[in-house]
Amino acid sequence: MRIGDAKQTYLADEAIWTSNTQKIWFALLLAALLAFPFMASSYLLYLGCLVGIAVISATGLNILTGYTGLISLGQAGFMGVGAYTVAWLSNNTALPFPVTLLAAGLLAAAVGILVGLPSLRVKGLYLAIATLAASVFLHFIFAEWEPVTGGMEGQSLQPAHLLGLEFRSDFAMYFIILPLAVLALLAAKNLFRTRVGRAFIAIRDRDISAEILGIPLLKYKLMSFALSSFYAGVAGGLFAYFYRVVTPESFPLSMSIFYLAAVIVGGMGNLLGGILGAAFMTLVPEALKLLTAVMTPIWPNAPVFMSPMLEIIFGALIVGFLIFEPHGLAEIWRRIRRFFHLWPFRS
Amino acid sequence: MDWLFFGEISLAGLAMGGLYALIALGFVIIYKATRVINFAIGEIMMFAAYLFLAFAGGMEMSPWVAVPLAVLGGALLGGVIEKTMIRPMLGESPISVVMVTIGIASILVGLVEMIWTSNPQLLPSFLPREPVFIGPMYLAPKIAYGFLIGMSVLVLYLLYFRFSRGGVALRATASDQAAAYSMGINVRRVFNLAWVFGSLAASVAGILVAATGGLSPQFGIIGLSVLVVVIVGGLDSILGALIAGVFIGWLETVAGAYLGGEYRMPATFAVLAVILVLKPYGLFGTHEIERV
Repeated sequence: MRIGDAKQTYLADEAIWTSNTQKIWFALLLAALLAFPFMASSYLLYLGCLVGIAVISATGLNILTGYTGLISLGQAGFMGVGAYTVAWLSNNTALPFPVTLLAAGLLAAAVGILVGLPSLRVKGLYLAIATLAASVFLHFIFAEWEPVTGGMEGQSLQPAHLLGLEFRSDFAMYFIILPLAVLALLAAKNLFRTRVGRAFIAIRDRDISAEILGIPLLKYKLMSFALSSFYAGVAGGLFAYFYRVVTPESFPLSMSIFYLAAVIVGGMGNLLGGILGAAFMTLVPEALKLLTAVMTPIWPNAPVFMSPMLEIIFGALIVGFLIFEPHGLAEIWRRIRRFFHLWPFRS
Repeated sequence: MDWLFFGEISLAGLAMGGLYALIALGFVIIYKATRVINFAIGEIMMFAAYLFLAFAGGMEMSPWVAVPLAVLGGALLGGVIEKTMIRPMLGESPISVVMVTIGIASILVGLVEMIWTSNPQLLPSFLPREPVFIGPMYLAPKIAYGFLIGMSVLVLYLLYFRFSRGGVALRATASDQAAAYSMGINVRRVFNLAWVFGSLAASVAGILVAATGGLSPQFGIIGLSVLVVVIVGGLDSILGALIAGVFIGWLETVAGAYLGGEYRMPATFAVLAVILVLKPYGLFGTHEIERV
């Protein structure tokens, strides 16, 4: 049982850590995340890295779609920009990974601003389709601009390095991905305590009212696009370092839909939702693989049905969450917490 | 420049565009009546085409039976989707509804792969095979007859909406939902009807397109081209859908023939981008006026 905390100042209301309990839990979580690679099998470690990358990208999309209310079908394209930037830089220069990742983020942000430009005139679904057009163009550029991107075959790249250290294994990559994911989340959390972040939320709730309140729409919408694609670019760069090969097919439209689905399943406009959604959507296919492996001795045809099953489950999750749990996993999490807060008195 | 080749390509493109127009019509019917952007329309087409494959190929029915059955199956699918998955989303934000249709698309792809495997399939041919010449220009018979059938269905639709009771109810609902409701029109049934009719048009087009180009679970990609068509034409304009359908079909085919297959999508999406910047509501769409 926990008693509610009365907040007496705005500062206290705005604080990220509202209680010592919360701080302790967070420290424990961090410790567990740091200890994870030392105990986990290589498969779990691989999954952990994937989830980390997905969390960064989903958080970026959450800023744009969940907090600013601009739907984007271009997330995979922005990730591709980041991945190709990292690939090109690692093959043609000797820059260490912090620099290449930053460059990936900045270039993706620049592309994001370009894509966001129509957002002044069109919004809602028209904007979604503008971002869809952008992802078609980006895919075209990845496939056709051979001197830089390597064409349809894509290109492989050198492992990430910093100060003579090489990050070749999943184990090493985990220690790049985890801090970046935590940093990305903290930055996002702080963003929504500032003027900029609140302007985003105001635009989401009603853009015309926001404009009347003195928020320049174009500037803030573009900022949201830039931030979101910066996250996507960094995630794409990590993706490139993680797989060490980049092809145009690494970033299909279905990946953009995947991230949109992750944000929806997790809970739009909720950072915890982005984390839960990204982790959940990454792990569902793996759980299904596991189930298939278990089923195969009993039912030899199981592997044939796995990939269609995955499509069906993926679609059913999107539809089911939107109809029955529109606030996503974050809302379920909140309900569970409330149950324990109020436990002996009300259940 | 070889004018004969250009003519032949253009003709094939225009015929393909006619089919796009038919699909876009299905899309616009649904949008006009219910304000739902249906990302699953390509998958509904695909489903109907697979039904045809099952009826005509698997059960060896005559095409005269198989085509209507498959089309009815597609229409029924549309009705069921509306009843079970779109109806509960009434009043939710458009973004959520769009995502539901994307989810439906994914479910349909999975179902099709499960039943008919993911290998590409050929439909049993049911269209006449004599080559068609228009002047000196050759046109593949499948495309020519597909175009003719598509056009006749399209004309039937237009007549239906102009004159029949159901068509009038649909138009009334589209122009003012509340007024239609207070005049005794069963708006819920109209919503369902719109999905049934929209899916019906898409199903006809799906079978015809699959008959010319083959069928695989990736068939639904065509939905993206249709999306371009309806945005360029204006989401709520039937006339726009027809004109843009023919134009985009032509452009896609010409770009594919002269520049290579990889230029098909970028070419049409470039038109889309230009339209979005210059005329955000499409060539013939109604300009939305927002009141606070």
